[in-house]
Amino acid sequence: MSLATQMTRSVTRRGWRSAAMLISLAVLMPVAVILWSLLSPDPDTWNHLREHLLWELVNNTFWLVLGTATGTLVIGVSLAWLTAVCDFPGRKIFSWALMLPLAVPAYVTAFVLVGLLDFTGPLQTWLRDAGIAWQPPNIRSRGGAILVMVLAFYPYVYLIARNAFATQGKRALEAAQSLGYSVRAGFFKVALPMARPWIIGGVMLVIMETLADFGTVSVFNYNTFTTGIYKAWFSMFSLPAASQLASLLILLVFVIVLLEQQARARMRYTAIGKTSGEQPRLQLRGGKAWAATIFAGSVLLLAFIIPMTQLLLWAKTVVSQDLDTRYFEFLWHSLMLSGMAAVLVAGAAMILALANRYHQDWLTRAMVRIATLGYALPGPVLAVGAFIPIAWFDNQLKAALNYFGFDVGLILQGTLFTMLIALCVRFMAVGFSPIDGNLQRITRSIDESAQSLGISNLQIVRRVHVPILRGGLFTAMALVFVDVMKEMPITLMTRPFGWDTLAIRVFEMTSEGEWERAALPSVAIVLAGLIPILLMNRHAQH
Amino acid sequence: MPNTDFLLTLDRISQRFGDRQIVQQMSFALRSGDIGCLLGPSGCGKTTALRCIAGFEQLHHGSITLGNQVIASHDIHMPAQNRHIGMVFQDYALFPHLTAAQNIAFGLHKQSKAEQQKRIAEMLELVGLESSAKLYPHELSGGQQQRIALARALAPRPKLLLLDEPFSNLDISLRERLCMDVRAILKQENTTAIMVTHDQEEAFMIADIIGVMADGKLQQWDSAYNLYHRPANRFVADFIGEGAFLPGKVVGDSKVSVELGTIEGEFDQNCQLGCDVEVLLRPDDVVHDDHSSLQAIVATKAFRGAMILYTLTLPSGREILSLVPSHHNHCIGKPIGIRLDTDHVITFAASGTE
Repeated sequence: MSLATQMTRSVTRRGWRSAAMLISLAVLMPVAVILWSLLSPDPDTWNHLREHLLWELVNNTFWLVLGTATGTLVIGVSLAWLTAVCDFPGRKIFSWALMLPLAVPAYVTAFVLVGLLDFTGPLQTWLRDAGIAWQPPNIRSRGGAILVMVLAFYPYVYLIARNAFATQGKRALEAAQSLGYSVRAGFFKVALPMARPWIIGGVMLVIMETLADFGTVSVFNYNTFTTGIYKAWFSMFSLPAASQLASLLILLVFVIVLLEQQARARMRYTAIGKTSGEQPRLQLRGGKAWAATIFAGSVLLLAFIIPMTQLLLWAKTVVSQDLDTRYFEFLWHSLMLSGMAAVLVAGAAMILALANRYHQDWLTRAMVRIATLGYALPGPVLAVGAFIPIAWFDNQLKAALNYFGFDVGLILQGTLFTMLIALCVRFMAVGFSPIDGNLQRITRSIDESAQSLGISNLQIVRRVHVPILRGGLFTAMALVFVDVMKEMPITLMTRPFGWDTLAIRVFEMTSEGEWERAALPSVAIVLAGLIPILLMNRHAQH
Repeated sequence: MPNTDFLLTLDRISQRFGDRQIVQQMSFALRSGDIGCLLGPSGCGKTTALRCIAGFEQLHHGSITLGNQVIASHDIHMPAQNRHIGMVFQDYALFPHLTAAQNIAFGLHKQSKAEQQKRIAEMLELVGLESSAKLYPHELSGGQQQRIALARALAPRPKLLLLDEPFSNLDISLRERLCMDVRAILKQENTTAIMVTHDQEEAFMIADIIGVMADGKLQQWDSAYNLYHRPANRFVADFIGEGAFLPGKVVGDSKVSVELGTIEGEFDQNCQLGCDVEVLLRPDDVVHDDHSSLQAIVATKAFRGAMILYTLTLPSGREILSLVPSHHNHCIGKPIGIRLDTDHVITFAASGTE
């Protein structure tokens, strides 16, 4: 290689790192702005929050997190064990169908179940018509919110725990049996403790999702930090109060992130023993087998089949009236926003992954770590954190231009800019991991073997890197696309006035209790949500 | 018939997976204190047979007797945890969340803490890993993990120990030493054991008695010496050791004539005078002799340190093997004088394909 190409190469490589630094700064900025407000509390705002809001928010959040974590733990782990290690009627279908609730945003499950079980809903109407005095427990309650979150989030625990059980469960159980333990004792003494880091990791993800949730708690009118931030900003018009609340929420999230990363570190040691293909399963017989089928079936029924059926029925009743130009405007906005975010995230993630590949120093590693932290940050926090500095910059810019005699309005506010920044920060990790995973498959020896075959550097990129990366890029864009489509709080809080997407339409209709009219946009969101599940299924079969 | 001398008796056991017969009509008996070995190519059913004994698979036919108790038959299935049969798994299946000592203690749950501590110390000493008691599995090398797995299985003093390809995950250089170690440990504990392997050298090193398996059937249950020198059928003769088959003709009482001359010796083949047979010649049956009138051409040679294994082409074009001390270095393509030196003859009825 000539000196000149060597030099240009080292320049471009340094370029990757500089670009990566810019991206991680974009993530750091909102976090820093929010944390800054924690360090500089405004006494008036604080007193107001303490007197009126804080206790309720803390109390509500605590019970919601506790209930959701416990529920997803029990349901996720038991379903994972049944489908990974045991055999019962319908096991094969359940093992993938139980992932389906991932396609349904929690806020959709929420409004469908509320609509179904409300006083005016089909169930209670039917009960009254049939003359049955029994009333189901009130769905608009803390218990109802927890139920919906458990049904929406259990797949996180289920998927991770199933993977852990499938790689070690049956073999560990046999080892315990050969040492004199019954199957039941072996499960509690061996299989469960061995899978603990995975299970904890899954539950931590659930807690992050619960803390980040905005749509579900809005449907239930159940005030948590996320709705608190929204109301502080848009009802009290107090951005300082919003960022104070956001700073508290971010502290909470950091604790969870630390716990999750600890669990992840322990997984590395725990991976012992290889699976040698399909292992024989534990045959459940008689009553036990049917109990397993009924259990898995009722979870699937409640979390997916009933909500989907009701959703489609409602959508059908309003389709002639609501499938109009406005609907296509929402759809177009959703598709455009998701598409732009997907491309931006894929590009940024590619830069991060390349920087990660060419620089093995701590700075690059730290930047990548920071840049992918966004997945843990609740949408409302990012919305506030991105809006404050951009608004400040905008005002400075306007003032400067005015000084030079240009009379222009605000430049960045009122555009998609803030929203796109916040969305990219939020979903950077979603796009990064498939791209980085694929890039890591291109080992140095692959490059070297291509070089030794006399292929030029440009051709290596075209004939080797791009084909290998294509799958990862596609997966990354698809995942980000779907996540943005489902996203509610960032879009709601940072969109230009009147610029509505499908998710916003769902929010507006549900806040007015118009369940039927929320169904039509929800159907499109759920259909998009099925894409990553199909992708996952394809991966699993390979 | 269950015999009091035998600790373990398998009586015509069969196991199938769907329509596929994995184990067919398998019978053998193992004396108390002996180390048995099931040897065969992959997919021959040996691991399934072991798992039937352990209690992880159910029998479709036959019975398994341990001591004087039937532990498995078509209608009896004693749960694995009640059989008092220990097992060392191919991947060791150590519990990653427990230390080496805690792994060993795992099967001692019915004993007092003091007894447990005593047994753990004994076992760690037995496998020579006293200093590793507090280490977690991922902190141990492959060989150490293997020995902890052995200690864990032996700690509750099982009636019978099963080892499923225990050396297959180890370096070849480590394998031989560990084989000897494991045999010494089992003998010291007076453990009755069955190992499964596809590697005959492992089997020869560790076992008192070996069963060769193919296609789910036990071909021969015998000592290593007999498997090598008195194989029951052509599969065993092929699978165990090296050798070549030459066509021959029975020319008299205990006499077979082959290309290299007439061999005398005892042979079991119930053969009429004049019938065609195939004669197995081991490499050590063919010795180098410069003065011999029999000449063969060196086709290939493999240097093995003290000896060279020559593949020789006979005038008829057939090939035989000869093991020659390595200072007799002959070039490929050159003639070499040989003669037969057999004290027994192994013959099989000639197959149609030959």
